[in-house]
Amino acid sequence: MIYRESGQFKKTYHADQAILPLRQDQIFVLGAILFAFLVVPFVASNYAMNSLLLPFLIYSLAAIGLNLLVGYCGQISLGTGGFMAVGAFAAWNLALRTELPMPVIFILAGLITAGTGVLFGLPALRIKGFYLAVTTLAAQFFLIWLLQRPWFNNYSPTGVISAPSINMFGWQVDSVTDRYYLALIILVIMALLAKNIVRSSTGRKWMAIRDMDVAAEIIGIRPMATKLKAFAVSSFFIGIAGILWAFLYLGQLEAEAFNIYTSFDVLFMIIIGGLGSILGCFLGAAFVVLVPIFLNVVPSWLGLPLGTAMISYIEIFIFGSLIIFFLIVEPHGMARLWSIIKQKLRLWPFPY
Amino acid sequence: MAFFIEVLVGGLLAGIMYSLVALGFVLIFKASGVFNFAQAAMVLFAAMFIAGMYGDWGVPFWIAIPATIVLMIGVAWGIERVVLRPLVNQEPIIMFMSTIGIFFALIGIAEIFWGSRSRTLDVGIPSDPIFVGDMLFQMYDLITAGIVAVLVVLLVIFSQKTRMGRVLRAVADDHQAAQSVGIKLNTVWVVVWSISGVVAVVAGIVWGGALGVQPVMVDVAFKALPVLLLGGLTSIPGAIIAGLIIGAGEALAEVYLGPIIGGGIDNWFAYIIAMAFMVWRPEGLFGEKIIERI
Repeated sequence: MIYRESGQFKKTYHADQAILPLRQDQIFVLGAILFAFLVVPFVASNYAMNSLLLPFLIYSLAAIGLNLLVGYCGQISLGTGGFMAVGAFAAWNLALRTELPMPVIFILAGLITAGTGVLFGLPALRIKGFYLAVTTLAAQFFLIWLLQRPWFNNYSPTGVISAPSINMFGWQVDSVTDRYYLALIILVIMALLAKNIVRSSTGRKWMAIRDMDVAAEIIGIRPMATKLKAFAVSSFFIGIAGILWAFLYLGQLEAEAFNIYTSFDVLFMIIIGGLGSILGCFLGAAFVVLVPIFLNVVPSWLGLPLGTAMISYIEIFIFGSLIIFFLIVEPHGMARLWSIIKQKLRLWPFPY
Repeated sequence: MAFFIEVLVGGLLAGIMYSLVALGFVLIFKASGVFNFAQAAMVLFAAMFIAGMYGDWGVPFWIAIPATIVLMIGVAWGIERVVLRPLVNQEPIIMFMSTIGIFFALIGIAEIFWGSRSRTLDVGIPSDPIFVGDMLFQMYDLITAGIVAVLVVLLVIFSQKTRMGRVLRAVADDHQAAQSVGIKLNTVWVVVWSISGVVAVVAGIVWGGALGVQPVMVDVAFKALPVLLLGGLTSIPGAIIAGLIIGAGEALAEVYLGPIIGGGIDNWFAYIIAMAFMVWRPEGLFGEKIIERI
């Protein structure tokens, strides 16, 4: 009843091509953004902001980046952690060795990550599927190893270095609220960017390559340029997410913080959230951030006398089982569930 | 020169261990087209149960090992029932993700039972050093190589001479044709996951005996993947030979290249070998050209 497009007429081409053609969707998205900007920082505790909202925002950004590559262009990558590390270390080294302003450093570090992504995307011109998945693991292991070389952490004896302070256009980002705002602003801008990229000719080419690369080539899409562009854009997003992860969330840099399990986490997010859906990235990120916390809290609510070690074992088991469960229930992810709900809402209260 | 051969042989023998894990991947991939990431977790699972039963419950090995094999068959049956059957006909990436789910679930179960502390697993394989000329070899490694050779011969006999082996080959060749002549795919999957389970038991005993049983054992998965690619996803001899190449290459690189560019290169060296090779020959050493060329 409420969710219905009747009566909303498109009078211009411009209105017809809007990102969100339905007024209900516009209100929902605008409301969510306003809520995140105006309400959340005042009601959320410091703990919630630091250990729930920041990882959620940053993981969402990484998931959007990976989804552009996997969900839209159909090229599997398990190297996300490595590319995040490249972004973080590039930004750190630029901040250390140059006098550039912070926004420029962010963009340059993103571009460096994009270049790295293109380099490791080259095998995609010859191979695909699982073969590609495993060759991107090469990126993961090689990049982490490379970034542990002493030059990259400026010969720090422990290999752990602290992040520089961030100054954005005269705004000193210190408190947890500041960091939340910075992550949120970057996420909103980049999510809009991603949403627009996938609607543009670039995004359509990616989807053509994903659906059938031979047919795409025949209608005049150059597979090489298109795939490498997907690797570059995706790595740019992931690199920025890496910077935020190190600078805003961890507050320190360590190559090992971006290990193979980070890559798996981000891949879970887009599979559970939904391949080829920007909304799915947010849902998936929320899921992966919340489940461990939920699993940590539940035994104490129920008053089960379990040791911390036992809880962590059970956590691993339940995490694995939940992945299987979600895949069985809805292999197309939570974004598909959401669109089913929307479809039902349009018809409610009638069955069809 | 003697040192070179020593390093080479050491690498080859480590490579055999990688082959052993890659073998389990290949068996499942051939029969069901599922890229089974959980193989390394199965190795850990088997090793933890053998070591745990022996160490904590005092069960002798001649009971613990068959019991674990039975358990692995149970696990295979459970996976087929709970995971594979509902997901049949889904896209390969979904199946792959579900095996990552199995990966975590199996590690979780093994740790719930046995905790995460390191155990030793000594089934009585002698580990004396032996000298050939002035070169030093480990008895343990040579016996391991023998065990693997026997295992491979048994697998070949099984797949060439028995009725079930023929069924497996038929399914590997063409799912639909196999189904249309009356082969039950569900049974085949249980059988092939069980065989991979048995391979995992052998791998678990061998790895556990060499390095101790502890949860970081699963990292061997990341060594077995490039072996798999280099050999070709569908080839058993490919898995063995690629394991040898990568084991030897890794050992030599660590000794001769490591000091020049910094240590710890064994984490990624195998991947670089596999990646370089695949740009030249995308289907691997002996793989069928099943992947679509672009």
